[in-house]
Amino acid sequence: MENIEQRVKKIVAEQLGVNEAEVKIESSFVDDLGADSLDTVELVMALEEEFECEIPDEEAEKITTVQQAIDFVNAHLNK
Amino acid sequence: MSLQGKVALVTGASRGIGAAIAEALAAEGAKVIGTATSEAGAAAIGERLAAQGGVGMVLNVGEEGAIEALVDTIAKEYGDIAILVNNAGITRDGLLMRMKDEDWDAIMDTNLKSVFKASKAVLRGMMKARWGRIVNIASVVGAMGNAGQANYAAAKAGIMGFTKSMAREVGSRNITVNCVAPGFIDTDMTRALPEAQREMLVQKIALGRLGDAKDIADAVGFLASDRAAYITGQTLHVNGGMLMP
Repeated sequence: MENIEQRVKKIVAEQLGVNEAEVKIESSFVDDLGADSLDTVELVMALEEEFECEIPDEEAEKITTVQQAIDFVNAHLNK
Repeated sequence: MSLQGKVALVTGASRGIGAAIAEALAAEGAKVIGTATSEAGAAAIGERLAAQGGVGMVLNVGEEGAIEALVDTIAKEYGDIAILVNNAGITRDGLLMRMKDEDWDAIMDTNLKSVFKASKAVLRGMMKARWGRIVNIASVVGAMGNAGQANYAAAKAGIMGFTKSMAREVGSRNITVNCVAPGFIDTDMTRALPEAQREMLVQKIALGRLGDAKDIADAVGFLASDRAAYITGQTLHVNGGMLMP
């Protein structure tokens, strides 16, 4: 089983159509990886599916970097 | 057979324009799910579309959570919906002076809110597939107004505005969203009009006749196909020249 960081990075790369090597832990979806607003919505949907969780809108808005996505998943899965 | 293998959902498919649309899409090879508000209606749709592998299902678009549940069921059984035709609609005609809140609300729920809910429900699958067609059935009345139909006209004009916004939002995902605005089509809905009013209407139609449900179905079939790949956010008026906006 891949760890959470690897799974998140893989999803980000797939959704945003970038090379996985470009996806750094500090990468911002919009500023560094060229995501538009619809991309970020799709990304959150993909994360929800991968980790079988629901990300409420107010939480989703705060997820703007790879690190924040990982943090959310970690916090959620620990519950 | 330009729609071979595509899953299509047509709401309000038991009669009139919706029935013709369901048949037209099925004839192009789509796997068509047509909805009706009753079990009997759904069964009849199933029988009509059986030869092309289509099915009928029950859907009351105004019922809380019903559209979302139906879209889930279809996705599990047949795959993600690629083509959505929002056709279900009702009328509650009356002069504004006498129009009740319930008449307004019923039209908004069934004719407009259902379009929002169904379009939203199918979007996830279409975004993933990077292909989708949404065709909303508006009305000439939404563009020109009609005495006695303030509620209906408002909902139909609302559909056109919704269509344009949605087209802008999802265009980058190769999803097109368009309207077909029928003029006066020979269906149960227009047969309910008084004869004198029907005659007066025909005089205003350049082609001199009411339209046939198939005229609308052909337009929908076109917009759902790859031939209409570069058309989005538009309203295609199919009204025999009754209105030339």
